[in-house]
Amino acid sequence: MIRVLQVAAQFVVIAALFAGVAWLSDHPTYRQIPDGSGIMMLTFVHGADRKGECRRFTPEEVAKQPPNMRRVQDCPRARRPIYVELDVDGRNIYRASLRPTGIAGDGPSRVYQRFVLPAGKYDVAVRMRDTARAEGFDHERRGTVEFAPSQMFVIDYRPESGEFIFR
Amino acid sequence: MHERSVPNETESDVIGAIRSVLRAGFSVIERPFDRLFTTTLNPLAQLGALGFFFFWIVAVSGIYLFVFFDTGIERAYQSVEHLTLDYRFHAGVMRSFHRYASDLMVVMMVVHLLREFSLDRYRGVRWFSWFTGLPIIWLLYASGITGYWLVWDKLAQYVAIVSSELLDWLPIFGEPIARNFVSTGTLTSRFFSLMVFMHVAVPLFLLFVMWIHILRISRPKMNPPRTLAILSLIALVAVSIWKPALSQGQANLATVPAEVGLDWFYLPLYPLTGIWGNGAVWAFLGAFFLMIGLMPWLPPLRRAKPAEVDLAHCNGCARCAEDCPYEAIRMVPRSDGMPFPTQAAVNPSLCVSCGICVGACPSSTPFRRSEDLKTGIDLPDYSLKTLRERVIDAASTLAKPGRVLVLACEHGAAAGRLDATVVLPCVAMAPPSLIDFVLSRDLADGVVVAGCAENACYNRLGVQWTEQRLARQRDPYLRARVPRERIATVWATPLESGKVRSTIADFAAHIADLPPMRLRSPLPVSAASRPGKNREPAELKGDS
Repeated sequence: MIRVLQVAAQFVVIAALFAGVAWLSDHPTYRQIPDGSGIMMLTFVHGADRKGECRRFTPEEVAKQPPNMRRVQDCPRARRPIYVELDVDGRNIYRASLRPTGIAGDGPSRVYQRFVLPAGKYDVAVRMRDTARAEGFDHERRGTVEFAPSQMFVIDYRPESGEFIFR
Repeated sequence: MHERSVPNETESDVIGAIRSVLRAGFSVIERPFDRLFTTTLNPLAQLGALGFFFFWIVAVSGIYLFVFFDTGIERAYQSVEHLTLDYRFHAGVMRSFHRYASDLMVVMMVVHLLREFSLDRYRGVRWFSWFTGLPIIWLLYASGITGYWLVWDKLAQYVAIVSSELLDWLPIFGEPIARNFVSTGTLTSRFFSLMVFMHVAVPLFLLFVMWIHILRISRPKMNPPRTLAILSLIALVAVSIWKPALSQGQANLATVPAEVGLDWFYLPLYPLTGIWGNGAVWAFLGAFFLMIGLMPWLPPLRRAKPAEVDLAHCNGCARCAEDCPYEAIRMVPRSDGMPFPTQAAVNPSLCVSCGICVGACPSSTPFRRSEDLKTGIDLPDYSLKTLRERVIDAASTLAKPGRVLVLACEHGAAAGRLDATVVLPCVAMAPPSLIDFVLSRDLADGVVVAGCAENACYNRLGVQWTEQRLARQRDPYLRARVPRERIATVWATPLESGKVRSTIADFAAHIADLPPMRLRSPLPVSAASRPGKNREPAELKGDS
């Protein structure tokens, strides 16, 4: 009888431990953004212009190159940084100069920024400069968005069409 | 009662202080568990074995679930819902098994790591098991986290986004992986095929590393006792029915999984990415793993010289190899022309100098008449001859009635005693013939063997081998002529010095009431037994 009681007690202890583990497997819940808010995400991958212009090799320079590796022009690999700004309701919430990726600086620039905002209507403006110009912007989009609770609102850029998209 | 400080417990460094607190905590928890479960079934002494046990449950339940699982953005979630709700009493239970056994693996792993750390069982040549345990942590977490992605519910969406943001912080990937999870249309079904592959391949690699983890120890516990395994299985069934593992609503990339029920065993750091930032979480992980990775080599380094074989006294019986807890002794072909097929060979890189091999060697008898006491395998820093001398010296301080000599493990509670106590690296270093020697030479009226707690033996098998030798169940046996009532054993952690004191006091009182001892020894009583005389080892010549 004592043995049975002992085994029963052992079972109770093990089951209680397992029950605690099971409870902790999804409790307590975690809220990553405040109630009634959503996330505005600015994210894109885009390569700016190269830093320098390509230069055509002279026929003599081409002739000096190995026959199987001849190139007609010399292009610098490194790209310019991309400058980007994001305004919400006329207030600037993000501005950055995005350096190109890659060891040689020849990869695309990339941005992945999230902003937690309360639900509501917002005037959004996003601008980007990806050329050698010192002032102004090459791409810009403005719009009014309805921002719902828990919404993921994404501002992306499509290099193939050269425009920002809101989704 | 005179006591000395025990080196392990008086380390002033931070790590030593943390270890002492942890050891105290485990000591407080383990004793009630010992009483309820017995020392054999105590789950805290079966953590590694339970880890393997839960791995197999996860593997079997995972194979079962895979029968129902369908890859695809829509189909992944639907197939998991189908198996959970429509086949609740087999596939649903299996899903709960899969999740809860995975969580229990984390529990076993963390407690196992903390316990080994608290017992100081990770330094010296033990670095291997400690160090190979670190990739197990990473692989177990990678296995669990990839599993959560497969369900493709809101939690999976959260896990996918945070995991990929963490990975994107590393300068490895050209395009941010996290961009795949911020809007619909960017994710394809091939992603789930990749995750299924990862969720199978990573656990397989985990099993491989778990095997490496236990390579350097002998008799690793890979299966828990049957009763414990059965109770655990029944408890898992009960918990799976009481609280089945469920999904948290289908993932929707157009919305934010604002509130999720986190698995706090696998995802405790995920909320920190939002508070600290991804870089800080990586820095924390890097610093943490660098620290625990280097811990085996941090001071104070203790490295006694490894055991050495004396071929002139080794007959190749293999008892030392059989008893070594670290696979440090191998039997190799005889090299000295003696008429024995094998001889013992010590691998110095595996030897922790516990002396258990000395206690196992049939040549280790203090009765030997040779001037320079030799045995087949010995510790250069603490030879059998030194042990015999210390026993004689300690015994010379005893006074009748009830003279009790204590053979104490340096990692146990009695290591701090000063009175008539001989401290050893492990009590199993003392051959049973040493106790015979003490009693038959009338050096003491009784002997207390005081080692580590039963389930916390610093050298893994020292307590077990000592018990079996004294019970005359394991070679070398305690000789039949030695009265067992004159030997007491006490197994206690360094925090249980009170238990040791009371056991020794009770035993001394018990011994004092016993009639004079008459061992049936064919040999004359030596001068060592005569009180008031100097006792030199050379005088202690008796039966061999």
